[in-house]
Order: sequence, then C-alpha cells, then structure tokens
Amino acid sequence: MMEIAYYPGCTSEGTGKEYAQSAVSVCTALGIDLTEVEDWNCCGGMSAYKVDSILGLALPARNLARAQKAGMDVLVACAACYNRLRWAEYTLRRGRKKAGMIEELVGFTFDKKITVVSLLEVLSRRVDQHELETRVKRPLTGLRVACYYGCLLVRPPRVTRFDDPENPMILDNLMTRLGAEVRPWSYKTECCGAVHSVTNPRLAEALVTRLLQMAREAGAEALVTACPLCQTNLEMGRPGRAGGPPCFYFTELMGLAFELPDTLSWLGKHWIEPVSLLRRLSLVG
Amino acid sequence: MRVLTDQGPVEMDLGFLAEVKAKCLQPIERCYQCQKCTSGCYLSEYFDYMPNQMVRLVQFGLREQALRSVTIWLCSACQTCTVRCPNGINIPEVMDALKEMAVAARLPVPDNAVFHRLFVDDIRRRGRVNETLLLARYKVKTHRLLTDLKEGVTMLRRGKLPLMFSHVKQRGEVRRIFRRLDAAKRRDAR
Ligand code: SF4
Ligand code: SF4
Repeated sequence: MMEIAYYPGCTSEGTGKEYAQSAVSVCTALGIDLTEVEDWNCCGGMSAYKVDSILGLALPARNLARAQKAGMDVLVACAACYNRLRWAEYTLRRGRKKAGMIEELVGFTFDKKITVVSLLEVLSRRVDQHELETRVKRPLTGLRVACYYGCLLVRPPRVTRFDDPENPMILDNLMTRLGAEVRPWSYKTECCGAVHSVTNPRLAEALVTRLLQMAREAGAEALVTACPLCQTNLEMGRPGRAGGPPCFYFTELMGLAFELPDTLSWLGKHWIEPVSLLRRLSLVG
Repeated sequence: MRVLTDQGPVEMDLGFLAEVKAKCLQPIERCYQCQKCTSGCYLSEYFDYMPNQMVRLVQFGLREQALRSVTIWLCSACQTCTVRCPNGINIPEVMDALKEMAVAARLPVPDNAVFHRLFVDDIRRRGRVNETLLLARYKVKTHRLLTDLKEGVTMLRRGKLPLMFSHVKQRGEVRRIFRRLDAAKRRDAR
C-alpha cells in the first residue's frame, strides 16, 4: 500500500470529471491510497501567473503547505495543476527572493521534505511495472494510438523534472504495456493552444487541426492524453466540433485494460464519441 | 538615444530593460538573436513580433512597441523556446512581465486578459474556480452570452459543467494571500 496526498484541482468537478474519476479508480485498483489534500484551493491555473507572477506561485504553494502538514507527497493528475504546483515547489526549493515572498504570503516555511509528483510518474515509476502488467485482463490489441503529452508535463524540464522534453516516452511505454500499438510521431509535445480555447477559439482550432492531422498521418486512430485542458481542447476545439479521431485519458485506457466496471460511464462523457472505435476492435462488448 | 526600426527612427527608453528585468528576473541582455526560440514557436505565425524580436524590443528599450504587441497576449507559455534558448532566457516569463506592465499602464487589453482577471476573481471569492460560473461571467463581460449554448446544454447533461459550487472552507486563508499581495504592491508603488 502506497500512501499519498491527492490534489484533484477544479476541473475534477467539471470538464475533467472522467479523468479524475478514472484516476482515482485506477489508483485504488493498484493499491495506492489517496488522501485528498485537505481544503485544497485552486492552483491559479493558466491565469493567475499571467495576472501576477507571485500570485501564480503563492496559490499553489498554499496546497504544498497543507500537504506538508500531512507529511505526504502530492500526487497531481491534471498536467496544468501539476505544472503550477511544481513551479511553486521549484521556486521554494531554490530559496531565492521569490521563495521568501511566497512563504510570507502563504504564512508557512517549506521544509523540503515533500514533493509534487504527476499521476503518470507514479503509475510508471512508483508502481511495480510487472504487477501492473499482470492486472491487464483485456490487452488493447489493435488500438493504434498517438500519445500526446502537451506542454505542461514536460516543460521546462528543470521545473517539471519529468522526462525528455523533446521526445518523452513515459506515456508511450505505459500504453505499450497495456497492449496498445503506439505510433511514433513528432507532435507529442507541441502546444495545442488550450489556453486560447475560450478567448481565441479560431487560433486554438488551427493548432488542434494540425495536431489531429499529424496523428492521422502517423497512423493513429486515437489520441491519448494526460491533461483535462488538452483533452477538452482536442475534442471541442476541432472544426465543427465533430469528426476525427477520439481522445482518451490514459487512465480510461488503463480502466479498460484492467476491466474496471466504470470505464463505459467515463467514456460516455466525452464530446467525441470513442466507444464505436473500441467496439470495432472488439475491445468492448 | 534613437534606434532605426522598420517604422523609422524611434527613441530608446533606457530604463525599460531594467524595469522588465526587475519583474521577471530573466537574463534578457544575454540574447544574441540566434532565433532558435522563433524557429520552434508553434504560434509565431500569429504574432506581430517574433519571440526573438520581443526580446530585442526589451533590450533596445522600445517600450511602446513591446507593451502594445499582440504577441505578449498570444504566446501560450508553452515553454518550447525556454527549453531551447542557449542563453537560458525564459521568454514567456518576459512576456508575462510585459503583460503586467501593459495592464498597469492601462493600455487596451484583449479578451484573454478579461478571462484571466475573472478567473482570479473567482479564486479570490471562493478559493476555487467553477467552470460554469467562469464561462458565464466571461460571456457576459465580452457580450457573447448567446454563443455555444447548444454545447453548454450537452456538457451540462453529461455532468461536465459543475452546478455544485464547491469552495475552500478556510477562504480567509486564500483572501489573506490576496490582501498581503495587494499591500506589498502598494508599498512598492510608494
Ligand atoms: S533562443 Fe534565446 S538567445 Fe536565441 S534569439 Fe531566442 S531569446 Fe535570444
Ligand atoms: S512560450 Fe510563447 S514564444 Fe515560446 S514557443 Fe511557446 S508560444 Fe512561442
């Protein structure tokens, strides 16, 4: 049993509901004991740091203060929240002028004993991979996917401490373990423009269109994501908001491979319907 | 001192570089215009000034051009350029500083600035962001209330637009962060 604090983030109650639900289910199935960060607050998203850079660090830092009190590392599923919490941790660890300002605003001292980890990292590095493979009851045979990492997990690497920023493989490897056919492509970490999806939809649409096109060219029938912002944008940001390859959260595909009972209810929340592809491949009944 | 630009000779504001540096703490003076940032920028085709040109504007003290550029608002902060810059300059952080300065100078700001402001207001109020309220407020503010209604209804049906307004219990703690920050800013302004 692994004990860890869990930071759900605001999208867990809305657009990223199925991601949060599948993340928790998969963790439970793998014996990871999640304790929600007590009275967590919004990390500031992609907005607070644009309004004020210090605010954009102090807001996530309050959650670190809470996790520190609980004495547990913080697991974050959303790539955007992960990025913001890591920025706060990174700044506090460096201990320069900004660190002092943040600590003063939040009213705590960071003791550097806890760290922020992404869900993907926990499932790929902290969980025994052989054990993970033995849980696969329904290998995702025939499912050709392109793994999309986006910006926030991988960049900047000194802050996110994640994987190769130009060609990350952690998600590719995980999907291979589930039995999926992972297609190599060069757009894994290109920006999908999610920050512009509300305010400048035409710009986001251009970026999404290019990504989907490249995934198709790479021979993928679906995309796999690890971020509710990317997922929502890749689904709703496409021209006409219809057509094209479905997108899956990686946790949903884990649920499918593990035969977790709620998988179809998660998939039922998608904007781009993903089940008919799975049916065609006989991956669902 | 004046510098020749594509718009003719322009007066250099010699204090501008130091001002931007104080805000973002980036080694802007190190940039030698290799343009690696721009070559990899996925959004540059929508910019008025390329990422390397933005850095140059700051180096040369071209305050007006920098603060009025659309680039600072369109950069998605994807950090691709940061990873590749041989001089360790975090360019989106430079752009963030410029955005803050543009707002402080009361220059006209685009819709995404309105969105960011509303987002932060929601946090100040409740400690968390409710996507339904945020989108509704944004649409009212930018007079787009009737767009995307159909999508909104579908999302509501699928339970993806929250109707429960969860909030931080100790909202005082979050508000204190804002209050202290406001106080610090007032101190700095004096
Ligand atoms: S990559 Fe760095 S050094 Fe090169 S032009 Fe861009 S900011 Fe300047
Ligand atoms: S951070 Fe901004 S300037 Fe840099 S590559 Fe991304 S969009 Fe372009």
